Amino acid sequence: MIRTPLRPLARILKAREKGENPDAIEAENIRLRREDLRDKSRLRAEGRLIVMGAMFALAYGAIGIRMGALAGTAPEEPQSASIGSPIIGQRADITDRNGRLLATNLDTHSLYAHPKDMVDPARCARELAAIFPELKEEQLLKDFTGSRKFVWIRRQLSPEQMQQVHDIGSPGLVFGPREMRLYPNGAIAAHILGGASYGREGVASAEVIGVAGIERKFDDYLRDPANEGAPLELSLDLTVQAAAEAVLAGGMSIMNAKGAASVLMDVHTGEIISMVSLPDFDPNNRPQVLLTGDQSDSPLFNRAVQGVYELGSTFKIFAVSQAMELGLVNPDTMINTRGPLQWGKFRIRDFHDYGAELSTTDVIVESSNIGTARIAMQIGAERQQDFLRSLGFMEPTPVELQEAPSGAPLLPKSWSELSTMTISYGHGLSSSPLHLATAYSSLLNGGTRVYPTLLKRDRVQSGPRVVREDISQSARDMLRQVVVRGTASFGEVEGYEVGGKTGTADKPKENGGGYYKDKVISTFASVFPANDPQYVLVVTFDEPSENSGDMPRRTAGWTAVPVAAEIIRRVAPLLGLRPQVDSLEPIGVTLTSN
Amino acid sequence: MRSILFVLAGLMVMGLAFWSYQENYKTRDAISEVRQLHAQIGQNHERLGMLRAEWAYLNRPDRLSDLAELNFERLGLLPLMPDAFGRVDQIIYPIPDLLPIIVPIEVGSDPVTEGEEAL
Repeated sequence: MIRTPLRPLARILKAREKGENPDAIEAENIRLRREDLRDKSRLRAEGRLIVMGAMFALAYGAIGIRMGALAGTAPEEPQSASIGSPIIGQRADITDRNGRLLATNLDTHSLYAHPKDMVDPARCARELAAIFPELKEEQLLKDFTGSRKFVWIRRQLSPEQMQQVHDIGSPGLVFGPREMRLYPNGAIAAHILGGASYGREGVASAEVIGVAGIERKFDDYLRDPANEGAPLELSLDLTVQAAAEAVLAGGMSIMNAKGAASVLMDVHTGEIISMVSLPDFDPNNRPQVLLTGDQSDSPLFNRAVQGVYELGSTFKIFAVSQAMELGLVNPDTMINTRGPLQWGKFRIRDFHDYGAELSTTDVIVESSNIGTARIAMQIGAERQQDFLRSLGFMEPTPVELQEAPSGAPLLPKSWSELSTMTISYGHGLSSSPLHLATAYSSLLNGGTRVYPTLLKRDRVQSGPRVVREDISQSARDMLRQVVVRGTASFGEVEGYEVGGKTGTADKPKENGGGYYKDKVISTFASVFPANDPQYVLVVTFDEPSENSGDMPRRTAGWTAVPVAAEIIRRVAPLLGLRPQVDSLEPIGVTLTSN
Repeated sequence: MRSILFVLAGLMVMGLAFWSYQENYKTRDAISEVRQLHAQIGQNHERLGMLRAEWAYLNRPDRLSDLAELNFERLGLLPLMPDAFGRVDQIIYPIPDLLPIIVPIEVGSDPVTEGEEAL
């Protein structure tokens, strides 16, 4: 910085020449210098004031904004976790077609222990063992006094048990909320519902997951919150299912059978109205899966879907229908039934000798193996396979059960001419009762394929055509004749025009090598009413033996047929089918003149 | 004139501030009421689920058939059979009164276990 001198020589000399006072110049310069200094210090003070003001404004502003924010928002407790919608349960209900509950959830509590918080572990263990008989006192004491910090005691508690545990009063015993799956109807429809169990478990909640049946198949759907708790509606009818189970269980004990199965299906929609497999179980308390031995001995085994059996003469109607469809025979064509029919080393016999020939209708009515085999020979293996495939006998049923794929039919390794003949009367091809019900529905409903379903449908399935409508009509007439004058005479139910076909098949030995002589699978596949088919009912007994006579009777006509008739008698009114009475008087009309 | 406008604007701001403050509190009240209602709906829903389960359990077919058998003399209930269908002119009208209950039977909903006396 260049400092201006107070007495610049040039100006002083000039002033002296003019006779002025040079001190005035000095004073002027001093004044300018002072003004300069003053301006500088004022600027600095101003800057300081601005900074100071800004800081105050910032501080008070912050406080003000915070106060405003506090005044403007709701006083809320901070929450650690957001609660989901309290309205939707964890898992949707399952109902029957009329909305009756088949499976629902119940809120309950689980019990766990924090041994570190226990005052008197020995007393806790003793009293817990007294409340829950299945718990061992020694084991509990070991858990409570060991190094463990957390012990599960029970997954579910009843309210009474919870109160009893409360009364122990130990701070180390803690309850957690739990949802449990409840099947209020007990064993009814057990095989269809399957069962549920816990998946990932936590203290605050546990995942309920399906382990079998429809619970497993629709696990994702039932747990999907997007459905907003809408129940899963099945095609089952609870009252029909209960009646069918009661009658079938009674029949099973009278017929001394090892197991039994029945399927009742709507022929037009493919809806399964009732499906029973006995022996059954309580899904609330699902038994353990068998680890050794034959799974079909377990009550968990669903005979109607998983059990594949040779269903015997019930298959004859398929061969005959196909032959009629192909134009090879008509209901009155005479078929050679002279026996035995020899094929290589193999002989085909009939139950009785039916003479030289029978009409096609009588082949079905009298259930002639030889007659059916001869018809099958005209059809040929290729066309027979195509027809059975179109009825669904070549693959597992597409029913919505987790177990359905395990019910794959057993087909012959090579479909020889002999196979064609034996399969025509139901030997050599094993399928489930549900396969049979599906095929009967498809054949008899007018001839269009239906697919079995457990879900409620509101419209008729329009599947591909299997046979012509008139062939379907002829098949129904033949089946009706079987009940009127054939092997299923016990199947007559007043007013319901039952038509059906019996089938009695010897059971193959488990390790191969022929068939048992005294063990059979007896089946009755029926349709009612035959003139306007609505429902198909298949009843199967495993190893029945009706012992009221001198000799044990095992044929389907004596075992499956009377039970099926009783089921129809009980179930048809529940389904709203009015019996057809021929002589209907006009209601409320009085004839006044002759 | 301008000063009157300023005063009016100031008053308007104050009024609006007062109004929004009140609205804010009303909203908060409404929100907390909704929360309470939600909790109440949840509770009622739980209760409804429990009652539905109980209703289904009490109406299970096994129990109903047992009850029908127990009360057969009074009610005369049989399984629905085809002959139950009738015509309109077969219905009795007026309906006669039920017979008086002479021997009432108490029925619990719990199954009777062995060794335990029936109620």
